[in-house]
Amino acid sequence: MNEDQSSLLSLRGLTKIYGSLIANDAVDLNVSPGSIHAVLGENGAGKSTLMKLAYGVVPPDAGEIYWEGEKVDHWNTSIARELGIGMVFQHFSLFETLSVVENIALTIKGTRKELIERINDVSAEYQLEIEPDAMVSSLSVGQRQRVEIIRCLLQDLKLLILDEPTSVLPPQHVRALFDALRKLQDNGVAILYISHKLEEIRELCDTATILRNGKVTGIIDPNKKTAHELATLMIGRDIPKIEQRQSANKSEAAVLKITNLSVTNPDPFGPELKDINLSVFGGEIVGIAGVSGNGQQELGRIISGEDLRKDLPKSAIEILGQSVTDKDVTSRRDLGFSFVPEERLGRGAVPPMSLNQNALLTAFKDGMLKNGFIQNNAVSKFTKKCIDDFKVKCSGTAATANSLSGGNLQKFLVGRELMLAPKFLFMSQPTWGVDVGAANEIRQKLIGLRESGVAILVISEELEELFEITDRIYVLRSGRLSPSLKTSDVTPDEIGEYMIGETREETAHAV
Amino acid sequence: MQFEFERRVTPSRRVMLAVPFITIAITVVLSGIMLLIQGKSVGLTFYAFFIEPFESAYSISEIFLKFGPLLLIAQALAIGFRAKIWNIGAEGQMIMGAILAGSVPVYFTDSSSIFMLPAMIVLGALGGMAWASIAAFLKTQYNANEILVTLMLTSIALQILYYLLLGPWKDPMGFNFPQTVMFQDAALFPPIIFGFRLNYSLVIPILFTIFAWIYMEKRFGGFQLVVGGLAPQAATYAGFSSKGAVWKSLLIAGMAAGLAGMSEVAGPIGQLQRSVTSGYGYSAIIVAYLGALHPIGIIFAAFFLAVIHIGGDIALVSADLPISSVHIFQGLLLVTYLASYTFVNYRLKPNRANQEQMEGARS
Repeated sequence: MNEDQSSLLSLRGLTKIYGSLIANDAVDLNVSPGSIHAVLGENGAGKSTLMKLAYGVVPPDAGEIYWEGEKVDHWNTSIARELGIGMVFQHFSLFETLSVVENIALTIKGTRKELIERINDVSAEYQLEIEPDAMVSSLSVGQRQRVEIIRCLLQDLKLLILDEPTSVLPPQHVRALFDALRKLQDNGVAILYISHKLEEIRELCDTATILRNGKVTGIIDPNKKTAHELATLMIGRDIPKIEQRQSANKSEAAVLKITNLSVTNPDPFGPELKDINLSVFGGEIVGIAGVSGNGQQELGRIISGEDLRKDLPKSAIEILGQSVTDKDVTSRRDLGFSFVPEERLGRGAVPPMSLNQNALLTAFKDGMLKNGFIQNNAVSKFTKKCIDDFKVKCSGTAATANSLSGGNLQKFLVGRELMLAPKFLFMSQPTWGVDVGAANEIRQKLIGLRESGVAILVISEELEELFEITDRIYVLRSGRLSPSLKTSDVTPDEIGEYMIGETREETAHAV
Repeated sequence: MQFEFERRVTPSRRVMLAVPFITIAITVVLSGIMLLIQGKSVGLTFYAFFIEPFESAYSISEIFLKFGPLLLIAQALAIGFRAKIWNIGAEGQMIMGAILAGSVPVYFTDSSSIFMLPAMIVLGALGGMAWASIAAFLKTQYNANEILVTLMLTSIALQILYYLLLGPWKDPMGFNFPQTVMFQDAALFPPIIFGFRLNYSLVIPILFTIFAWIYMEKRFGGFQLVVGGLAPQAATYAGFSSKGAVWKSLLIAGMAAGLAGMSEVAGPIGQLQRSVTSGYGYSAIIVAYLGALHPIGIIFAAFFLAVIHIGGDIALVSADLPISSVHIFQGLLLVTYLASYTFVNYRLKPNRANQEQMEGARS
């Protein structure tokens, strides 16, 4: 490869194996100086592994790493940092109980005064404004990301690696981030940008390396391809478009009704739900948008009954007109409630148990028990039907839950819950960690279910997804729920404003 | 060359089956070395441990006498362990079962009623359950760690036993020994074969084993416990009560341990005395794990440990082994087992990266 001379970082034939999974299979990647290089791939394609290899977090099982044309042995994080590589991980590494400058002082040398000065300089230059003395616990996710980027900028930066940086940001903040990244590019810093969001990559990047199943399937100029072409390269086949029809048969009465719900959080840094009002009618899909960590988890557990608060007013939660505020999971399910949580392994399913046993987990009232004895025939009949009807790829009903891919397990869980013929289905992050194909099938199922009059509530971080399938959207931010918004009447930007909150105040000094 | 543990994608069934044999082999080798250092005869010792117990009808009957309580308690503990409820205090529950059962013949010294034994069985079970329920209450109400609570309750149970033996329940004709009167025949299980100590209390562990197998393999209640142990969040998600799991696990174990304690005082011991438990409550923990927490595996494990117990007693005499050597042998067995079991879920892999880094640091 001739362009090696001119490339800043060059990875050659990197292979990383975890157990029986080949996360990266002889991957080549060349980042030119001053370019914004995208690594594109769907969930589980090996993007994060490749970045960890590039930053030296994990050693490769095979392959070589070149920096400015020279081979570097024993590549590790401290060498990478010395050479001028910075990385912002998907999950931030900041201490909540320390201030911004204290967090930065942990890795960057200098007195407090010098550091504050440098932070102010950098943040002014890139318009990444931040208050150096602010406590990290008081910062929004976008601001925390800013701290991470500034920390990278304080070193002599030549290459910045960003792992799915926009997955945690509302649309408005994305723009500010992109502006900062372009300014960095103008200053000669190369950027390695990992994402599965096609439009973003088309907007920002000059080159894209596409990964599928741990292998490079293409090195392309994203601006010369349509989003649809990129998606096809990414998943290796064509994706069907979802047909969105207007909801036909909306029910008269609300199936789920939450009234003035306020819940304290035992975790001092966790969000508290404040004055939530929410209703879902039969025959509609209602979405809850918002950045994770704004109370989604808490609200989810309150609705499902996993977090049972007996001190709430009786009218707080009603399903099909009945108060369920002090009713446990089982009694809510008896009313026709089904739920697919965001953690599939360990919550929605028991990892080392077979699909049979995992079917029994929530479908046990579907004729699987006789006087408390498990009816194995009924169980395996149910499981088989679920696997067939929902096209779950697995080795059979005895396959363990953790042997399935994220998408297939999700299909199984959705299938299990749908086979119980729910009147109210609640899904949290329905397509997290699910490949594009399976995500599509799941969304299709949800829309089909809506047609048959089921009430569906979906919590999701993916705005695109919510716009694709919902009739109404609420936005959850800092434990507060926005008013109900009709999906056809709002734009992503308006939703974004609710995600940020008191837009004007905050933009004035923070965005 | 350095190694690191790598998690297997699925637990290895082959290793799981091999673990008991590997365990025994390593234990034999290590204790063989220990014996050589002590200057004892290895051959003689293993002969005493593994062959001599089967050489007479009497010692075979003694094996089954020990087999009973080990099996009973281990089966019950395994149910709780699979739900990840760590009841370490079966010993205490056993003592309370023995005390409550023993109260009947202590207060009705002359009775020969046929209801004597049934009353003792019921009280024995209730005694163990009552003691275990203290731990269950503290766990569910105040989230008190059941390991500590059950362990400390064992000490308390022991002190209650000592108080009774030295005070109100002391045999007035017993030359001031800390023990109760010898129980009358009506308060004892009849022997299966005349002249041997082995008695009909063996029926209880056998019935309980069948119960444990059905409960864990066929019943939804057992399934719920296992789910709670493997994935507590999934249990909450499915609406299985975690408090219910604590109560079920501890009450079942308390009942079994109480019955075991009752069987001892209404069997080979025939009275209440300081050592009513013979340490079965602790040994049963080893048995439960050696049997891979599976009802069938536990049958073999209980039998094996019973053989070693009897073999140890024999070795004390015929191989001239100190009692602590017997304890070390049993301890080795558990440690080796736990170490070997790691390989069911993990495999060893040479750590190339680490090595390179080390070399890099050196150069």
